[in-house]
Amino acid sequence: MGVPVHRGRFGAAEAERLLWRAGFGPRPGEVEALAKLGLPGAVHSLVHPGGEKLVGPAPHDGKGNPLAPADAWGHDHCWWLDRMVRTSRPLIERMALVWHDWFATSNAGVGNQRLMLRQNELFRSHALGSFERLLHDVTKDPAMLVWLNGTDNAKGAPNENYAREMMELFTLGADRGAYTERDVREQARSLTGWRDSWKEGAGLVDFRFDPARHDAGVKTVFHKQGRYDWEAACRLCVAHPSHASFFVRKLWSYFVPTPPSASTAAGLEALYRRDTDVRSVVQAILMHPALYDGERMVKPPVVHVAGLLRGLRAGITSTDWAWIGSLAGQQLFYPPNVAGWDDTRWLDTATFRGRWIAVQRILQDRRLDPAKGAAASDAQTVLQKALAFWNHPRLSDATHGALLRFAQAALRDAGAQTWKREQYPVLLENALRQLIAVSPDVQTS
Amino acid sequence: MTRIVCDECSRADVLRAVAGRGLPAVEPGMPAPAGTGLSRRSFVARSLGLALSVYGVGRLGLFDEGIAAAAGAPQPPILVTVFLQGGADSLSMLYPGGDPLYLKLRPQLAVSGGTPFAEDTRLAWHPALAPLAELHAEGKVTVLPAVGYDHPDQSHFTSRHFWEVGATDARVVTGWMGRYLDAVGAIDNPLQGLSLTGSLQPTLATSRVPVAAIDGPDQYDFWAPGVWGEVESRMLDTIGSLGAIRSQDPAMRTAASVAAQAGRLRKQLAPFAGKTATASPVAYPQGSDAFPKRLQGLAAMIAAGLPLRCVALEATGEYDTHAAQASALTPALTTTAASLFAFQRDLESRGVADRVLTLVWSEFGRRAQENGSGGTDHGAAGTGFLIGTHAAGQMVGEFPGLAGGLDADGNLRATADFRAVYASLLEQWLHFDAARIIPKAAAFPRPVLVK
Repeated sequence: MGVPVHRGRFGAAEAERLLWRAGFGPRPGEVEALAKLGLPGAVHSLVHPGGEKLVGPAPHDGKGNPLAPADAWGHDHCWWLDRMVRTSRPLIERMALVWHDWFATSNAGVGNQRLMLRQNELFRSHALGSFERLLHDVTKDPAMLVWLNGTDNAKGAPNENYAREMMELFTLGADRGAYTERDVREQARSLTGWRDSWKEGAGLVDFRFDPARHDAGVKTVFHKQGRYDWEAACRLCVAHPSHASFFVRKLWSYFVPTPPSASTAAGLEALYRRDTDVRSVVQAILMHPALYDGERMVKPPVVHVAGLLRGLRAGITSTDWAWIGSLAGQQLFYPPNVAGWDDTRWLDTATFRGRWIAVQRILQDRRLDPAKGAAASDAQTVLQKALAFWNHPRLSDATHGALLRFAQAALRDAGAQTWKREQYPVLLENALRQLIAVSPDVQTS
Repeated sequence: MTRIVCDECSRADVLRAVAGRGLPAVEPGMPAPAGTGLSRRSFVARSLGLALSVYGVGRLGLFDEGIAAAAGAPQPPILVTVFLQGGADSLSMLYPGGDPLYLKLRPQLAVSGGTPFAEDTRLAWHPALAPLAELHAEGKVTVLPAVGYDHPDQSHFTSRHFWEVGATDARVVTGWMGRYLDAVGAIDNPLQGLSLTGSLQPTLATSRVPVAAIDGPDQYDFWAPGVWGEVESRMLDTIGSLGAIRSQDPAMRTAASVAAQAGRLRKQLAPFAGKTATASPVAYPQGSDAFPKRLQGLAAMIAAGLPLRCVALEATGEYDTHAAQASALTPALTTTAASLFAFQRDLESRGVADRVLTLVWSEFGRRAQENGSGGTDHGAAGTGFLIGTHAAGQMVGEFPGLAGGLDADGNLRATADFRAVYASLLEQWLHFDAARIIPKAAAFPRPVLVK
């Protein structure tokens, strides 16, 4: 059973959407370049990107010092945001973000940025590899062992935290009849044996499997019996008949806002079952007609910001992005809980203000000075200049109309007063830059 | 490990309030600041120390209208919910120190040293909850010692969802308070359903009327670099215009509707912008925690007559205590209880306590038997509290005991259903037919929650 492929037009609009969904939006010129490749070539270039090149100036804090992502609060967020902005492999970085959301681990519980960065590298190196391998490595990842009490889970003293979430959130899904409370308890026994050590000055170190802490007895999991260990626990989840359907639907939801049809899902599951290869499933999703013909998606806050910076060829020159990310509803390395961010509820009045402040922060370093004045100008011209600043994002007629009416009214306010006639077009251009970047059109793709 | 202190103070620069942005003091043609002839409306604001902004007087209308409507119309009751995220341990909050099995199940984690719970002497208050015990002694706290539902689900997300939507149904997408607001709310008042958290609480999710999420009432100002005066006024109004655009696309509609709500909310909260408007007559817990500050802001908003109906917050702390429970739970409960206590006293001193009831809930309690990590795994029935001068003050349900009160998984059985609580709150507090909000409402009893 095959998966449908988009046969319609693949022009600038489609290439732009692909760059937002599979990455962090276009840099100037990238839309046209990608469109020229045609759909298969474009998707191929994303899933086989070659070695990473970071394009643009290195990030720094507000005083010009290098970032300290392993140590300083908020620098972790800015460090990763910089990768998103400068990377030549946007899909790899986007998949790292997907896995961060999928295996959501928060430094609020881990309390160690060094371990968080190590996990981040794991997500990056497994971005498009085998999911079974990824699950295996996540299960013994130090940040995860701390976050879901893997190192607290010992023979005779089980801790169910990781066992439950690995089935509910990572591999099988709740309320699908895939596992029972008994399975949670038995899987917790399978997963026993991990430990760590505390070293003064370094924190938690030396994460290791200690057979003496492992419960080597027989467990009953999914109606099967065996002397299961942590690797078996992972294998059993991936081999479970309900896993593939959970996996493809969840992966799909990061790229397309409406669920896949039954036949598309079946085709993706068949593809996935071959060898749990993520790359081939992602490739099929990126070629699917639903990505191009279907509804728009709200950009995650960090994608919105990274995309605006990419479009301006701007770098990270401040650590404000961490707390601004928090206001907008997405501070990297701090997902709200182990289920990750709620991708269906990015926007509310609080996070809207966070996005506004993000745009405001970008424009703070780029404001036009009203005191310098501007040549007498009409509303349409000022709007075009503000659109050109953002590299001409595609706006609906309704949004364009609302902005134009604002521009006309603002210039009318200037009346005949000379200082206003000189300064209002500049104030207006600043204001339009702000409004364009928070418009419904630019917050979605 | 070197810890670099974040010493950049730019946050204040980016967020700085309307004042001090270097605009011309008075623009030509601008009306003189208001301030003479105190009306009832401005009096309400001024008694809080709110100086109404003088810029763009036309834009003040909504707040004035809100005040006026609130002053003229009967004040609706307000329901506040406080969520303890992660599944708070009921066997610590009101712990069964008098139950012989308690020390067997909790050899490391048994709580001690709390004051007895007067309604059931097998139980005692966690010492950190002493402020709630004090309010209980005043008859202002209804205790639910084992609240939950049949066939409990031990997933955080499923169980929390059930509580949020008011049904044990994974498919419902509107919150139970959201459906109430859809029935009684206004199409132009986002404040009627207010989430005082970083993002919208699903319990307030509506399908028809707008609702709002804010960090605090004094944190909803907007500005843009290099924009001021008349152009700024028009820019801010254009937020709402972007919200008025029509689209066939659901994501565009969502983004537009949020812009519309933000535009409206900004106007409603304009008098709080950048002010110390939330100064309170009572002392809240100090420190970096958001919860007490948010309750303080909420009390100020209620006293100012803002048109609130349902409010959702998250308490201080993370209650998913799989390990090292004692050291996590005590500070979290301490700040939470002290904040709730200050909030109640604040409402009382401002003379608005009769309008507010606060429900404290968690998605489940925790396993009776402690685990091997000095913690507890997911359980079933949890502890709930209803706080306010109109709380009936009589325990709802009972503590089922550890000998016969645990289910096959070793979790506390529920003796009160959260949907019965919701139905009673709707009918007894909000005076609304619960059958229109809670599925199968007729199947649930109506415990007496309100006096």
